[in-house]
Amino acid sequence: MAIYSDTVMDHFTNPRNVGEIENADGIGEVGNPVCGDMMTFYIKVDDQERLSDVKFKTFGCGAAIAVSSMVSEMAKGKTVEEALKISRSDVAEQLGGLPQQKMHCSNLGADALHKAIEDYLSKKGTS
Amino acid sequence: MREVYLDHYAASPIPEEVREAMLPFLDVHFGNPSSLHSWGDDARMALEESRAKVADLIGANPEEIIFTSNGTEANNLAIKGMVAGSRRKGKRIVISAIEHFSVMNAAMSLEKKGYELVTVPVDEYGVVDLDELKGVLDDETVLLSVMTANGEIGSIEPISEIAAMAAERGIPFHTDAVAAAGHIAIDVAALGVQAMSIASDEMYGPKGAGALWIKKGVRLMPLLDGGVQEGGRRGGTENMPAIVGMSAAAQLAKERMPERSQHLSGLRDALIAKLPQRLEHIYLTGHPKERLPWNASFVVEFIEGEGMLLFLDGQSVAVSSGSACTSRALKGSHVLSACGIAAEKAQGSILFSFGPENNLEDVEYVLDVFPPIVERLRQMSPLYAKFIKERG
Repeated sequence: MAIYSDTVMDHFTNPRNVGEIENADGIGEVGNPVCGDMMTFYIKVDDQERLSDVKFKTFGCGAAIAVSSMVSEMAKGKTVEEALKISRSDVAEQLGGLPQQKMHCSNLGADALHKAIEDYLSKKGTS
Repeated sequence: MREVYLDHYAASPIPEEVREAMLPFLDVHFGNPSSLHSWGDDARMALEESRAKVADLIGANPEEIIFTSNGTEANNLAIKGMVAGSRRKGKRIVISAIEHFSVMNAAMSLEKKGYELVTVPVDEYGVVDLDELKGVLDDETVLLSVMTANGEIGSIEPISEIAAMAAERGIPFHTDAVAAAGHIAIDVAALGVQAMSIASDEMYGPKGAGALWIKKGVRLMPLLDGGVQEGGRRGGTENMPAIVGMSAAAQLAKERMPERSQHLSGLRDALIAKLPQRLEHIYLTGHPKERLPWNASFVVEFIEGEGMLLFLDGQSVAVSSGSACTSRALKGSHVLSACGIAAEKAQGSILFSFGPENNLEDVEYVLDVFPPIVERLRQMSPLYAKFIKERG
């Protein structure tokens, strides 16, 4: 469908890293189904503070699924600090652009990832 | 790969007879119906023949038909034009909660100008609540508009009962029959309405033509200031190819209504019966019995419409959805919401709209390719994961 770039369609039709992580080190959930998009990110962090695994589940449009998939790929292997720097616009850029009307509501992947990292950091702080 | 087009509510191919009828009006009979020479005569005769055929489809008098450029214009002309022309005292406009945007937004634009807009609720099947309606129709009501049938969910409204209520108080009653005309038998006199909108492209005619039927004696102010075309009620040179095409489509619709209706409702009923056998957590929207023959609309739980639409497109199946993500305005369907369907469920809306060229193999193809798509999207869905966990 012409509203999406080839990269978006690739990530939508073959999303990477779909799933949940049991005993995840951090979980981040953003959006809600009433607005149309909801994403849950799960991360596993190793001793070097690297994201050794990233998985997601997403309810939403093609863009929301592609964004989640792209974010999971971008974040995997990065340090916590590096992953926190992944921005919404980085994700859109990597996807070869997103339709204007999808930039706001569907481009929540980076937020969900950051939330999962914050969850990890807060758990680490208290333990 | 098999191509299965099931989005006829959005657009349809026109039958060969319709195309053939239109073609001469692009070149050979290019005249302007307002011209006095013989080129004009040709066009004027064709225009009046077209008017007669379109009128015949809905049991109207030809002189009561006003051609417009589409259903949206017909609805705007009815709502704004009848209210502006009304001699009744009062400011109340009554519509149903499931009207098309062209009725709803036209009425809302009058509300901004000081009219009081009352929206009557519908039940879970999308059928107008007649008790509620009776309660809001008063002597101050200048216009009532309720659609003949809803294209998104297929439900057919009890128009003659509503007309009787309106008649008791002398309230002018307009019905938007765009989704219904050409598909179910309609007779304006028997229904007891004062105005009706119809559109060419919803009865397998070309895009670019519609009509408002308005009963003789009902006052109407034009929307456009212009010439005296259409009795001065709709200025502008007539779109002759589209109008001739519409009339050919109307004639075919009348002649073929029994066979088309039987064919389409057979496909509809097959899908409605079999899809829930292959898929859990899928529900029919709209009325189970009183529905348009071409409409099979559902909500699929835990997933969103655009994903289904894109994956189906990948299998060469065309459908549409009322989900927020698939609308340009990013708003969920007001029709599904009016039926009491929760916003998150309405995101899983999917509409299969059948046309004459579809067959039972198309239904079988959908039954094969659609369930795995739903399964795949559910595997990605946090809502489905939550549901499975809670179910245990």
